[in-house]
This record gives sequence, structure tokens and C-alpha cells, in this order.
Amino acid sequence: MTAVTYAEAQPTATAYSEPARRMTLNSWAVVVVFLPPALLLFTVFVFLPIAEAGWYGFFNWNGYGRPEKFIGLKNYGYLFGNPTFTRSLINNGIIIVFSLLVQLPLALAVAVMIAGRLVGAVWFRMIFFLPYVLADVAAGLIWHFMFDGDYGLVGAVTTAFGAPPYFLLADKTWAFSAVLIVVLWKYFGFHMMLYIAGLQGIDPALLEAAEMDGASPFQRFWHITLPLLGPMIRLSVFFSVIGALQLFDIIVPLTGGGPFETTNTMVSFLYFFGLTRMRIGFSSAVGVVLFIICVTFAFGYQRIVMRDD
Amino acid sequence: MTEAADAIRSSGRRPGGLAAIVTFAALVVLAGAVLFPVLATALNGFKDLSELRTNPFGLPHVWMWSNYWSILTGYRYWQVLGNSLLIALFTVALTLIVSSMAAFTFAHLRFFGDKFLLSYIQLGLLFPVATAIVPLFIKIRDLGLLDSYWGVILPQVAFSLAMSVLLIRNAFKQLPSELLDAAMMDGCGYFRYFIYVTLPLSGPILSTVAVISFVGSWNGYLLPLIVLNSESRYPWTLGLMAYQGQYMTSWQLVLAFITLTILPAIIMFLMAQRYIVAGLTAGAVKA
Repeated sequence: MTAVTYAEAQPTATAYSEPARRMTLNSWAVVVVFLPPALLLFTVFVFLPIAEAGWYGFFNWNGYGRPEKFIGLKNYGYLFGNPTFTRSLINNGIIIVFSLLVQLPLALAVAVMIAGRLVGAVWFRMIFFLPYVLADVAAGLIWHFMFDGDYGLVGAVTTAFGAPPYFLLADKTWAFSAVLIVVLWKYFGFHMMLYIAGLQGIDPALLEAAEMDGASPFQRFWHITLPLLGPMIRLSVFFSVIGALQLFDIIVPLTGGGPFETTNTMVSFLYFFGLTRMRIGFSSAVGVVLFIICVTFAFGYQRIVMRDD
Repeated sequence: MTEAADAIRSSGRRPGGLAAIVTFAALVVLAGAVLFPVLATALNGFKDLSELRTNPFGLPHVWMWSNYWSILTGYRYWQVLGNSLLIALFTVALTLIVSSMAAFTFAHLRFFGDKFLLSYIQLGLLFPVATAIVPLFIKIRDLGLLDSYWGVILPQVAFSLAMSVLLIRNAFKQLPSELLDAAMMDGCGYFRYFIYVTLPLSGPILSTVAVISFVGSWNGYLLPLIVLNSESRYPWTLGLMAYQGQYMTSWQLVLAFITLTILPAIIMFLMAQRYIVAGLTAGAVKA
């Protein structure tokens, strides 16, 4: 969706190995004509907004006129004193943990199953990847129907057992699990595809040699496949964390943040409690918190975990 | 089941075995679970509301073609698809033009500040659009772009620049430098080299970037949500939510509308599966 990736991990050493050509009139013309559109668009719509978020975050401002009521760090104080926000923060954390403990292992298992020369492997791959191509909004709405206590899957199950209708999306203890199910459904195919790409890069001779030496399938997986898949796993962890941090599109059609504001994420909190109420200073502060989390994670992860990839 | 087992046996690396059958069965069950919500959505769009209540997951007893027909013959469905297509096409075209020009400069020219400018644009890789959405809204408003297509297109292009410049620049650098030397020797300037040599040789990477940018724009929700107010300009994602808000009590119509709006994506995916999968995953891996 958004262009978040791990560019920092790319070795740039080769980038400048080409012998430098002298700058001529012609090459200066290229710089002057080719670079400004990108720089202008980036500055106006990416750089300035994020810098301004840092500035607006210090004000009590409704978005009209200039920001004048400087209130220092009070927005941040309100934010962390707001139980709905802390709940959103925790929800983002739950999605991350769930992705790492359930989604990625499932994706890996399916990738390993499909990578063997199985009948219909192409079809399985296509089916599992399909939800990733559908918009989050559509996915959220489809599952809103599935979880509906009167009509959907949940409704059908309760009717079959003669139980009273159950509305998962209105159950403040369990509603968030619906979000997790949709995230799993929508995104595991993407990670599976990354793993399949990684598995295809592993030399089958290695596995055959291990097999001849009497290694069990599990040993082969644990000692050969898994380590060689390392770079791809680290990459998929990165995408899954950044994706979890910015989750919004699924929340709106599925739960709208409810019941009792128990299923918000940081971005849906920002939207429902800041932007729609024109509390620009306050919602900018939410953006800044999200920004700091994303940047800290991206930098830290690339420097520490992906340093060798 | 025996048929499936035979099939595995005939093409598997090792002859069949229980493990292969179990694996295959597990995958079939999982595939069913993944497809089920989509199929249920499409089928339930053919029911009437009372049947939806009593028979949510069987085939319709009476096929209500009128649910789909009324949407297909209405103005609204085609309008939201048209808006999405317009926004996506402009986003893709602008992304390709702007980022390939910048990528070309970064790939071939050394000038004062080039590294700095490249790192500057790559800052965009570090955070998602949601972090800056509020000031972005103010900026779009102050530029007078609220409720216009450009208010959606330009930020979409800007936020995809970091990734697309990086992908395209890496690909440009991999073109043999002898080509450039030879062209320069023959008196070909950078502009003509860009148009006649670099671009024609860069089909794969340009199509990868096009796929990423098209899918991102087509499925986009947050940005159009804050920028667009008039329903006549809604892309399908917003149109779908508006439709659901209006027909909240008629699930069968909402389901038919969902089915029809996701249909273009499904058809495109089935037709260009290889390119889309390669684009969306390779883009992530190569960046």
C-alpha cells in the first residue's frame, strides 16, 4: 500500500563504483529537468506534512487560521492519559504478536507444503494469494457479513446448534479477534509467496545430500531450510510489523472501532478521534507517535536484525 | 480421495505416501476456508433477505438476478469504477514518469549533493502515509485540492516515489555501462539515451512499479477518504462504504455490490496472475 520497505539494508557500495563522468552542459540539463518534479512532489506531500505534524502537535488547533494556542507537550499528555489510545496501542501490539506467532508460521508451513512438487501447487498458490489482491475495505466488509449474528457464518452456526444469536462484533471481549482473523486471511498469502520465492533459491542438492546422510524431514527443515530462509523471514517480519502498525482500512468496515472503542488501532484512533473532529493538533500528535514507532523500528530492525542480509 | 492420491503419486518426487495425502488434504481444506468468504459473498448476492436469514451458506433456492442486474444497470457502480480507474491510471503514469526521470539522474550522474538528495527521497521508505495524514489533509486543503482527483493522485505518487525511484534506479544501474559509453561516443545526449535506450530496455522493472502503484491506488481508502467529499468523485472503495451505509439492512444488495466491485481485481488477477504476483512480491524483495 504505502512504500515502506527496507532500502537501508541495500549495500550502496556498488552504487558509486562506476567511473565518474564529467558533468557537462547536457548532464546539468538532465539534473535540472529530471530531478525537480520528484523533489517537489516529495517535499510538498511527504516531507513537509511529516515535519508539520511535529509542529502542529504542540498546539491546540482546530485547523482554521494559524496554529496559535501553544500548549507544549500537553497533547501527548492527553494522548497517553486516554484509555482509548492506550487500548489502540495495545491492539497494534496484539496484531504484531499474532502475526509473528500465528500468521508467519502458518505462511511458512503452507509454503513448505506447496514448494514440494504437489499436484495443483499453482492453484493453491493463486488461491492463497487472492485475498492479498482484494482491497482491505472489501475484505473487512465481507467478514463483517461472515461474523453477523443474524445472517453470516456465526449466525448459521448458532442456528444449527439452536443457540441464541451471537454477535461477535458486538462482544467487547472478543471483537478484536475478528480483526485478527481478517488480517490472517488477507495477508498470510503474501508472506507465503515471499517464503516460496526464498525456498526456490535453496539448492535442492543440499537437501538431497542431507537426506542421503539420513537426516529426517524435520532435521532437514530445521537445519537447512530454515537457516537458508533467514533473510526472507526477516524481511517478512519487517513487512508484517510495519503493516500491523498502519492497519486502518480493515477496521472501518469491520467494527468501526467498536464495540465500546475496544477495536481501534492507532490510525483508526487518529481518524475517529482527531481528524473527523478537526482536532488537528491532537491528531498530529498521534501521527508523531506512530512516526516515531515506525522509524525507530525500521532503523533498529535494519541495523540490528537485517544487518547481514 | 483416491484420485487425488493417485495424482500425487504420479507426479510426486517420491511415490505417494500417507504424508503427501495428508498434506494435500490440509491444503484443500485451507483453500476452501480461504475461498469460502468470497464465494459466500458472491452467492448470497443472489438471494433475497429472508432466504439469506434461513439459508446463509447454501445455493440460492431462487436466483435473484435482479440484485446484480439493478446494480449493473445503475449509474453508481460504473461511476465509482470509472473514478478508481481514472485515479489509478494517472497515478501509475505520473509515478512512472517522475520516478524514472529521477532514477535516471541518480543512476548516471554525479553532482554536488546527489547522495544527499537520494537519501532525502528515501526517507519516504521509513514511514507510512498514515503518520502524516493530518497535515497532509491541511496541505491539500490549503492548495485548493480538496475534493479533486489531483488531491488523491499527487500524494499517492509522492508517497510511492521513495520505493519506485529506488527500484528503477537499481535496474537502470544494471544496464551495461558500455551502452552509455557507446551512445555518448556517437554524440547521443542523455535525453535521447533515456528515451531510446534506457526506457525500452527497462520494461520489466517499469511494469513491476506499475503493478505496485496500480494495485495500491485501486485499493486505496484512507487518502480518498480524507480528500474527497462528493460522491460523484468517489473511487469504488469509498463508494462501497457509502453503499453499505445506505443499504445497511439489505445485506444481499451489499454483498452483490461487494462482489461486483471486487470482480475487476479478481479478473485482472486471474488473467495476469504471474505478473501481479511477481510485481507485488519481487517489488518487496528487490527494494
